[in-house]
Amino acid sequence: MIKIIEQLGETALYYFRDLGRMGIFLAQAFAGIFSRPFRFMELVRQIREIGVNSFGVIAFTGGFTGMVLGLQGYYTLSKFGANSGLGSAVALSLIRELGPVLTALMVTGRAGSAMCAEIGIMRNSEQLDALECMAIDPFRFLITPKFLATLISVPALTLFFNIIGILGGYLVGVGLLGVNPGAYVSGIEQSVVNLDINLGIIKSFVFALLIVWICTGRGYFVHKIRGAGFGAEAVSRVTTQAVVFASISVLVWDYLITAVMM
Amino acid sequence: MNEPIISFVNVTKKFGSQSVLDQVNVGFPKGRTTVIAGGSGQGKSVTLKLILGLMKPDSGQIMVEGQDIAAMGRRELNRIRTNFGVLFQGAALLDSITVFENVALPLKERTSLPHQEIKERVDEALALFELTGHGNKYPAQLSGGMKKRVGLARALMLQPEIMLFDEPTTGLDPEISMEIYRLFFETQKKYGYTSIIVSHDIPKVFNLADQVILLNNGHMTTFATPEEIQHSTDPEIMAFVEATMGQVYVSKVMEKNS
Repeated sequence: MIKIIEQLGETALYYFRDLGRMGIFLAQAFAGIFSRPFRFMELVRQIREIGVNSFGVIAFTGGFTGMVLGLQGYYTLSKFGANSGLGSAVALSLIRELGPVLTALMVTGRAGSAMCAEIGIMRNSEQLDALECMAIDPFRFLITPKFLATLISVPALTLFFNIIGILGGYLVGVGLLGVNPGAYVSGIEQSVVNLDINLGIIKSFVFALLIVWICTGRGYFVHKIRGAGFGAEAVSRVTTQAVVFASISVLVWDYLITAVMM
Repeated sequence: MNEPIISFVNVTKKFGSQSVLDQVNVGFPKGRTTVIAGGSGQGKSVTLKLILGLMKPDSGQIMVEGQDIAAMGRRELNRIRTNFGVLFQGAALLDSITVFENVALPLKERTSLPHQEIKERVDEALALFELTGHGNKYPAQLSGGMKKRVGLARALMLQPEIMLFDEPTTGLDPEISMEIYRLFFETQKKYGYTSIIVSHDIPKVFNLADQVILLNNGHMTTFATPEEIQHSTDPEIMAFVEATMGQVYVSKVMEKNS
């Protein structure tokens, strides 16, 4: 019995410490913004890695999501004879919900995993220690540019996702199913209000922060994560863990933000 | 022996219930070479990490030039770290940038030298370490020996007062190991740094030592010369000597035991 209590206490302490570490990590990542010299070119490189290189996958996902919404929306709305509301249904679903969430999940899978693995490998091969020993702040040098690049890229990618998705819905609704093009566009104009756009923007910023925090933080502390093992195995396990945890966090926070801003 | 530039004062470091260093008191003399030897898992790398401030001791002080680095904040630690150069076991080169950029990194990040001067100094360093023509390569394209040479060049760019070497010849063939020792000897002569070497390469590395520290069961024993270790009558040290250097004939001991 005492052993069970001991183990429970040890587990609680581990998670408490882990949370504390991650909290300090977040603060240090933001403090890196104010450290000099600022690595502007590294920020540009990270925006290319995280943002620009994700355009292809976002275009595909956004396009097909919009097309499916067009088909499903048409099927549902036609039951009520309200086909003209297709533009509104597609746009609201994308802007309020699917755009931010699917973009965040795609970025987690494509760029979040890469960030986690890169930093984890740098930890294991003593590259992070080497930076510290050269009196180079690893946050300013490595982590902060990734934070800023993700916070810039994810909202931009979400906007791109929404545009492509609305075009996809138009292609299916107007091009294939014969919905009136004017009705599709005016439906969007009439139904989308500032609150919807603000909700989408807030979500995309929060999701960006969750992705970059969890993925870089897990990689940075790869050597301190219980049960992760050592070396390449630890990096692979922690990367999987980071992607799963970031994805779940995105979905949980999606619900919370929606509930608060409904 | 010179005054110590680094001193451990009653340093204790534990991992769980295992004591890696137990109330250790030891000094590393300025301008000299100290070799830290000991079996696997005895805390040699932990000792280096404590000196570098990458780990904090559970108790005790680690004095570097009269200041306790165990009690320092990040900013003070960074200031004192500019006096350190480190050659890591795997060289720890940043693998996403070129050899040139790796060697230039301390100058770019820690000084305000103009681009042209950085280039000149890096080219000079690459020439000194026989790496001319390899500046555009990435670390993954280099052999183990070349990586160590790049690591040494990078570590020496700011001309540190203290150099730490973590297993500098592990994984290298004897010829390349000798090359690393030659570079060590030449650069120490040139820059006059204090060096601390953690190595398994015994007895070869003893040839470089002015002082040897043996780590065993959480305790550090200092020997003024490598010969002193070979002639120690302490059973644990004798066992270490026998395991690493082969049996040494010490008449008094041998004849007493026979």
